[in-house]
Amino acid sequence: MGTRMAVAALATCATLLAATGCSSNFGNDKEPEQDKAAKQKLTVLIATSGDAETRAVKAAAAAYAKQSGNTVSVEIAKDMNQQLAQSFAGHKPPDVFYVNSDQFANYAKGGSLYPYGDRISDAADFSEQLRNSFSYDGKLVCLPKDTSTLGLAINTDLWKKAGLTEKDYPKSWEELRTVAAELTRNGVTGLVTSDEYQRLGVFMQQAGGWLTDPDQKKMTADTAENAKGLAFVQSLLKSGSMKFAKQVDTSWGGEALGKGKAAMTIEGNWLEGGMKLDYPEVKYAVAPLPAGPAGQGTLAFSNCWGVAADSAHRDAGVDLVKHLTSAKQQLAFADAFGVMPSRTSALKTYAEKRPAAKAWVDGSAHAQGPVTIAGFDKVLSQFNTDLQSLRTADPKRILADLQRNGEQAIAKGN
Amino acid sequence: MPIRTTRVRGVSRTTGSPGAPDSAPGEAGTTAKARTRRAGLRGEGTWGWLFVSPMVLVLGLFMVLPILMALWVSLLHWDGQSNPFSGQADFVGLDNYRSLLTQDGLDRTLFATSLRNNLYYVLLTVPLQTLLALVLALIVNQRLLRGRGALRTTFYFPSVTSSIAVSTVFLFLFQGSGAVNSLLSWIGIKGPNWFADPRGVLSLVLGGLGAVDPQRPTGMLADHSTLGLSWFEWLSGPSVAMCTLILLAVWTTSGTFMLIFLAALQNIPRELEESAAMEGVNRRQMLWHVTLPALRPVLFLVLTLGLISTWQVFDQVYVMGQGAPGNTTLTPAFLSYSAGFDNADFGQGSAIAFILLALILVLTAFQRWVLRERGVRTGRNR
Repeated sequence: MGTRMAVAALATCATLLAATGCSSNFGNDKEPEQDKAAKQKLTVLIATSGDAETRAVKAAAAAYAKQSGNTVSVEIAKDMNQQLAQSFAGHKPPDVFYVNSDQFANYAKGGSLYPYGDRISDAADFSEQLRNSFSYDGKLVCLPKDTSTLGLAINTDLWKKAGLTEKDYPKSWEELRTVAAELTRNGVTGLVTSDEYQRLGVFMQQAGGWLTDPDQKKMTADTAENAKGLAFVQSLLKSGSMKFAKQVDTSWGGEALGKGKAAMTIEGNWLEGGMKLDYPEVKYAVAPLPAGPAGQGTLAFSNCWGVAADSAHRDAGVDLVKHLTSAKQQLAFADAFGVMPSRTSALKTYAEKRPAAKAWVDGSAHAQGPVTIAGFDKVLSQFNTDLQSLRTADPKRILADLQRNGEQAIAKGN
Repeated sequence: MPIRTTRVRGVSRTTGSPGAPDSAPGEAGTTAKARTRRAGLRGEGTWGWLFVSPMVLVLGLFMVLPILMALWVSLLHWDGQSNPFSGQADFVGLDNYRSLLTQDGLDRTLFATSLRNNLYYVLLTVPLQTLLALVLALIVNQRLLRGRGALRTTFYFPSVTSSIAVSTVFLFLFQGSGAVNSLLSWIGIKGPNWFADPRGVLSLVLGGLGAVDPQRPTGMLADHSTLGLSWFEWLSGPSVAMCTLILLAVWTTSGTFMLIFLAALQNIPRELEESAAMEGVNRRQMLWHVTLPALRPVLFLVLTLGLISTWQVFDQVYVMGQGAPGNTTLTPAFLSYSAGFDNADFGQGSAIAFILLALILVLTAFQRWVLRERGVRTGRNR
């Protein structure tokens, strides 16, 4: 019996070893051989916001295919992070894909992104804070696909009902406090927004603070400026003139605005599409966010167009990205699904075409780009979790926890 | 999964055993005869292995191998973008386990939170679903009941519905202005905003009794902490949001377990019940002294299955909030997923999975020990 067991164990081990050894895709970590064919086949993976975006990207890819002779197939991801992680591990990634800003650093650190920044001659045309966010080790890795900034969206009917005029659009924190209090009545809350740093962070920035230093090397969360920003939010929450979207039974600020539960909300330019689709009859205006003690501030968001380091079609991939980020194409995307161009030149044209979006466009002048540090996803989601209880919690304690968690993540990452 | 492995082991055992009583020393066979018999036995064993080899191969390739690979990954700092078997990923030994269990930090706090949440989930879900399943099975097992078939189908229905679909429906039912709160408002209760309510139920009760202020806990409970979580947080109980998850789990799984109980109930020999009836037992005695003891093996099965599946709860959490509100629906299984795919730290993700595996094994062993048969009939082994 003993020998038989030994033989069985040996056989199992041999099988396992063989199976590990045979999985061919796991082993090759050398530079991928580049495809030299005249006509190349590219795959593009995107996480779409809806049919409009899917159609627009497919049309743009088809236009590139026609012009270059390559074939491009656009695939839609169900769960972008998971699908990309799996394809990176298997060394069979799509050639070109969206990179979410909170995953950017993880992929760049793992060497999965082909840094093509130095091959873009007019890279300076892209907004600086976004270029910063999508740089790793001082090199621009990928180009921002588009940009979005936050503004103060106002339900104009509720505004008038409260006896306010356009002149009363809040310019400072104190004015914001006053109008929010005036607007709060009969089931309407003055200001409703999501309970996450992607919205509340504007107050930290307006107070002169931010989570990290500009180089994203050090945490600067536990500063007095940040505490001041959060304390202001807390005072609004305590007075009842500000609520989180979930508290009024909505999933985001736009829904609260459309349903008339909020007179004001802090949202980005994606609000336009959402309102057109769900609440076409609700009238609203967008004003710049009120300035804090340290002046105006807002946040900018973006994804970037990643080209896989493992791709056999890097040149064609970069070529496709150049096409997709051209000023003309960015304006076409803006028309199709309401994003703003990330090129400064195209942004100017965009602003001329859409006066209603002026506040958002102007915001990009003093916007803070997203945090892109490897392994930071859990730190930021813990920060968001803590912000959910901001009304009763101590802002300094929340920021101290963020500081500690962030420092640990940075230390672990290097 | 353990069930399947035992089955395979069982097969190999039975192929080895036949003929064993024949070799009793009383029957004097010649050495040559014994040798042939042994050779025959060995032949039988080979055939046995041959017959089970497809299953062994499939299990080995798709279960044992990945498990061993994951065990290796749990000792690495691996970002999922290189080959974990080529030395490119840093070997960090037990660091992943250390940061989850001994080092103060975000990882440990999150892990402890997820353990707490899941512990309350298991403590409430397993007994409730078992009890409900048993009661339902007893009801639909009554021979005099009309429309038994229809009832069985109804009770079993939630189990065959996709958990994602059920979760989505629950999301709508338990909205702040959803159907459940409308119902509650008819009887004058203002329901909570279920999925946005991170308050622990026990802390609400304690707060209601005035024993502790849930907003600002003080004293012994707040000052001591285990695994980075204060005692108050450990004891605050499942959050309101978690309770709806528990409700959902009980509702969806009790149908399956009802079916298992029903099969076992119909297996109880009628003579047993009849002779008990002759002795003049009443219904409660019948249930307590005849039916339930006969169900003991099945009870063990149901509890084990329940225990394992509740410790691995993932899909409801993924659909209904991914840990929100306030990390109170975070579970180790989901944390493992998010460590891997959101934070590109697959080493830590698999470390969480292995701690979870160890926990399930220990708890199943404990439960087996509790449910062992005591007294006269200890001889039976399961």
